[in-house]
Amino acid sequence: MSDSGPVQMRSPVLTVRRVDAYHAITVVAPNIAERFRSGQFLAVAVGGEQSGLLLRRPFAIHDVKPDYGGTVEFLFSVRGAGTSWLAERRSRDLLDVVGPLGRPFPLPRDPVNCVLVGGGSGCAPLFPLAHALRRRGCRVDFVLGAATADRVCSAITARRVAETATFTTEDGSFGVRGRVTDPLGQVIEDARSDVAYACGPMGMLRAVTAVADAYEMPAQVSVEESMACGTGICMSCVVPVVGDDGITRMVRACVDGPVFRGERVRFDDVGTIPFDALGAPGWKAQTDGGRNAGREAG
Amino acid sequence: MSSDLRIKLGRMELVNPIMAAAGCAGTGRELARFVDLARLGAVATKSVMLEPRAGRPSPRVAETPSGMLSSIGLQGPGIEVFLQRDLPWLLSRGGNAVVSIAGGSASEYAELARRLSEETGVAMIEVNLSCPNPADSGRDFTDDPAEAARVVHAVRSHTQSDIPVFAKLAPDVPDLVGLATACAEARADGLSMVNTMRGMAIDPATLRPAVAGGLAGLSGPAIRPIAVGCVYRVHAALPDVPIIGMGGVRTGTDVLEFMAAGATAVAVGTVNFADPSACARILREFEESTESRGVVRVGDLVGAAHRPHGAALGR
Ligand SMILES: Cc1cc2nc3c(=O)[nH]c(=O)nc-3n(C[C@H](O)[C@H](O)[C@H](O)COP(=O)(O)OP(=O)(O)OC[C@H]3O[C@@H](n4cnc5c(N)ncnc54)[C@H](O)[C@@H]3O)c2cc1C
Ligand SMILES: Cc1cc2nc3c(=O)[nH]c(=O)nc-3n(C[C@H](O)[C@H](O)[C@H](O)COP(=O)(O)O)c2cc1C
Ligand code: FES
Repeated sequence: MSDSGPVQMRSPVLTVRRVDAYHAITVVAPNIAERFRSGQFLAVAVGGEQSGLLLRRPFAIHDVKPDYGGTVEFLFSVRGAGTSWLAERRSRDLLDVVGPLGRPFPLPRDPVNCVLVGGGSGCAPLFPLAHALRRRGCRVDFVLGAATADRVCSAITARRVAETATFTTEDGSFGVRGRVTDPLGQVIEDARSDVAYACGPMGMLRAVTAVADAYEMPAQVSVEESMACGTGICMSCVVPVVGDDGITRMVRACVDGPVFRGERVRFDDVGTIPFDALGAPGWKAQTDGGRNAGREAG
Repeated sequence: MSSDLRIKLGRMELVNPIMAAAGCAGTGRELARFVDLARLGAVATKSVMLEPRAGRPSPRVAETPSGMLSSIGLQGPGIEVFLQRDLPWLLSRGGNAVVSIAGGSASEYAELARRLSEETGVAMIEVNLSCPNPADSGRDFTDDPAEAARVVHAVRSHTQSDIPVFAKLAPDVPDLVGLATACAEARADGLSMVNTMRGMAIDPATLRPAVAGGLAGLSGPAIRPIAVGCVYRVHAALPDVPIIGMGGVRTGTDVLEFMAAGATAVAVGTVNFADPSACARILREFEESTESRGVVRVGDLVGAAHRPHGAALGR
């Protein structure tokens, strides 16, 4: 209800297009466009009003434009039922979207050198970030990677907005063969990077954070944790994150993130409740061997 | 003419029968960005426990046809922080606060009830009985009528008499009517029905349970017929015990259905995840449908399905 918070809209689809291996949908959503800050995402209802697909699908906002009163675009690849339904949308269809959600990427106060690292569809949120950084006078260098050439997202745009753009593919079909972290050190040295921003799978974020650590620079990472509501209600999207007070908490990726400081995320413990996390069961409670699993509503 | 939406839930009066279900409204703050909480009949908080709790490992949810499986493990800040931070916030927004409590023993529940009784503004205590009872080899309190009654009795005895105590039951128990009766005899002022039911999904890629906890709680429209059936059976057996019905409510029509089965109020759960403004929409839809049916007082709808044909609606 507050002016700056997320809104829910039934937004007309303006365009549907293909961007390499991705589908891109642009919807008219002025209230979302005007609130948007880079790093935030949308939660899109799929399957129609009576659908058995109950959960919204989260997608990073890839682009925001002022035309038609404010449009936002997201990119996706077809994975399962929800994204295949989305891939069939046509212009003028209505999409129920909630956004902008999540904490945006923090922007540096001064013009510094930023390296932006993306894996697969995780490249999507880095484009509005690059524009925002450029507007602040920052130097931007891209390192974008994917499994195959057509999954490297928006390579041409990357070359245009950044000082340099380095590409990696696991099969070597485009750019350097290997992973984004392989050339990352060299890019950091050449560009004299001060900060890294990254989005992609958890393993990649861990690796980027390790490289950034080695260069004693901060990393801001955006996690793609699976989400049921996207609005902070359900507690499904938790990751173990160390707070300012040194205490680990299971925090919600959708509202406390998706952007976190890399060194604060306990990557090795994702998918577990670390024994020292606030409210973790003591060793005694852990000996029940999962017998208590099940309903325990909540 | 518009219908009178007010209902009496035991001694409590609600402005309308639409509530947000426990664990499906966050602390209220998250939902308040989409729904004016003061307009709802009540908001049930996520079950609060004595101590902070980190919950279960992820993945915690899986989507199933028209539903979801969840095993959050009652992650929460504990009663202290709840009383300092969450409850005052909800009250400041004009929310009618139903506080859900959960524990591992009757004395934990009693202690929570005692703490809540010292606060002003708690409209109702809802006792979440779907918690493992370590003394009963980890079975839920709700699985055994005697254990459930023990908890309800402990809570009632430690709660100020003007705060109603509702017992929240799970649908997949051996003897639902027996359980409901035991809770009523232990002086529960009413019943909340239903909680999630045990289920499982297997990830076809790994052939392992899709939710880390293994068995998880099924909720959403998939369980609605089961939930309506539970409300119907218990209302038939205990017509004087007020019931808050829930389980897969998605539209205003679903609210009518629960009320006709015997619920006095109806809570919206999982559908809040799919549609964060669902509570407001459902209230609007419910209002429209009672109006178009010429219902004078929506309270007259309660139990309509139990009445003989032709006498169903208070026209
Ligand atoms: C913050 C955030 C931003 C994202 N941005 C993008 C993006 O810009 N482009 C893009 O292609 N993908 C993005 N994803 C992943 C995207 O949400 C999933 O690909 C999508 O939900 C798959 O839905 P489905 O119905 O096709 O797959 P199914 O596997 O059928 O989905 C079943 C359930 O699992 C969930 N799920 C499955 N895969 C993922 C996943 N990788 N992450 C989260 N939930 C998942 C679904 O939401 C759904 O609830 C993002 C995820 C998050 C959390
Ligand atoms: C993610 C999640 C968390 C829940 N947390 C609680 C809880 O803390 N306490 C409780 O009594 N019920 C809890 N429930 C159960 C709901 O309040 C409700 O009884 C159940 O989900 C059935 O309604 P629904 O199908 O409309 O969701 C939770 C349900 C879900 C899906
Ligand atoms: S997805 Fe529901 S709390 Fe984050």
